[in-house]
Amino acid sequence: MGKQISMVDYLVLDGDHPHLVANECTSCGATYWDRRVACAKCGGTSFRKKGMSSEGEVISFSIVHRAAPNVPTPYVSAVIHLDGGGAVKANVVDVEPDPGRVQLGMRVKLKTFPAGQDGQGTEAVAFGFAPA
Amino acid sequence: MSEPVWILGVSMLKFGRYPDKDVVDLGSEAALNAMTDAGVTIHDMGVMGVGCLYESNAMVGQRIQKQIGQTGIPVYNVANACATGASALRTVILTIKSGEADMGLAIGVEQMGKMGLLGGAARARTDEEGYERSGRYGAVMGTEGILGTNLMPGVFAQAGMEYANKYDGVGFEQFAKVAEKNHRHSELNPLAQYQKVFSLEEVMGAPMISYPNTLLMCCPTGDGAAAAVVVSDAKLKTLSIEQQKRAVKVAASVLTSDPWTEDGQVQPDVNTLTRNAADKAYELAGVGPQDLNLVELHDCFATAELLHYQNLRLCEDGGAGEFIDSGAPRRDGRTPVNVSGGLISKGHPLGATGIANVFEVTTHLRGEAGDRQVEGARVGMTHVIGLGSACSIHILERAAT
Repeated sequence: MGKQISMVDYLVLDGDHPHLVANECTSCGATYWDRRVACAKCGGTSFRKKGMSSEGEVISFSIVHRAAPNVPTPYVSAVIHLDGGGAVKANVVDVEPDPGRVQLGMRVKLKTFPAGQDGQGTEAVAFGFAPA
Repeated sequence: MSEPVWILGVSMLKFGRYPDKDVVDLGSEAALNAMTDAGVTIHDMGVMGVGCLYESNAMVGQRIQKQIGQTGIPVYNVANACATGASALRTVILTIKSGEADMGLAIGVEQMGKMGLLGGAARARTDEEGYERSGRYGAVMGTEGILGTNLMPGVFAQAGMEYANKYDGVGFEQFAKVAEKNHRHSELNPLAQYQKVFSLEEVMGAPMISYPNTLLMCCPTGDGAAAAVVVSDAKLKTLSIEQQKRAVKVAASVLTSDPWTEDGQVQPDVNTLTRNAADKAYELAGVGPQDLNLVELHDCFATAELLHYQNLRLCEDGGAGEFIDSGAPRRDGRTPVNVSGGLISKGHPLGATGIANVFEVTTHLRGEAGDRQVEGARVGMTHVIGLGSACSIHILERAAT
């Protein structure tokens, strides 16, 4: 297998155990996906890495039909509440992009997939959530 | 309690497309019209606030001065996403409240043409040079369409679906009814970009953009301008009886940003800052939602309007579906919402929108809204929200005469 790189910092591939890792404020426990200067909730400046649950619940979605030219449509964009805390935005994969099939409140779990390849043969790995 | 400030004059150019003009032409015309409406001139102005989002680094205010009058007064060029116009108005209101000026001019203008979907284009998915991490998330490629959507129709669709997830009786049809209503309202507004009526079936059957928002549930891009003249209480008392009678009181002027919420870290939370702004505005104005005779709120997408029924306390928690189903926000309903046609049909030239809302409410409070007049209107609310986010609410009251 060729070289792989996760699409974003907060996806850690970790062999067969890909998972999301957040920056957690050591004072108040708020979690963030981006690199941090300070905590927007409490003002703390100390953070630690926190492995997040790979399962959760769809609390909102949209089925996107009109997008930028290089984005295949239709697809399902969703906000997912992860078990044990944290919200993440991602596509819902392995489901027909139809309002009769995608359900609010549906249980989903993290699934990785190849999102592209660079000129050096490195594969970018992205994540979505599939029905659990 | 500080002295009130007043809207002395307003104007709005018909929203649409002006390929042969620029923002200086449009903003200048709106400014002159507002000053004519107010019965004053540029020489009476002590401050200018100008909102033009896409040219916010290009000194639009000063360029307008070079058309309508270079008097040396301070100009603030303001940018706050879709709350840009309302924020420009607020800089003028605050300057007058501070006592630094007794009259000022707020201008909102935008020229968007047919720019299409807003909210960030996709980056290429391959990189010949080799992937490198960049940005605050260390992304090796554009994430739009892979890690969900951040384009506006989808963002607001998701905001609406989150509400549908929480409350029964809200779905595609309720969202579509909002758009049907606003298109119908616009038929009576000659300043609207579109004045075409569509049936509920046509709204629901239009091309899907981001479920549940169809094409007819999304605001268009376009060009336009609006302006307002603001005056202090003391100065107003020196003006003519006719000017005093047409003046409209700014009972509340509020601006908020996002307090921390968990979901707000991944998806703009358009609710919390709107609720905070509404509560503060009601408190400042000493009125409640039941006192409002009309509301112009930020229906950039049909899903958004439904949320704001609750956020602005126009209905009970969870009652937004029933509110639209009952006809309450229609022009002849209990609390008419977006009788102008709203952003969905009146149009949404970003920088102009906040002041155009003030134009609309002021015109009704003066009893000058013609065919679309909400009879006997005494109190009205304007609301805009710029993603990122900024929320501005103004409550306006007819002069006691």
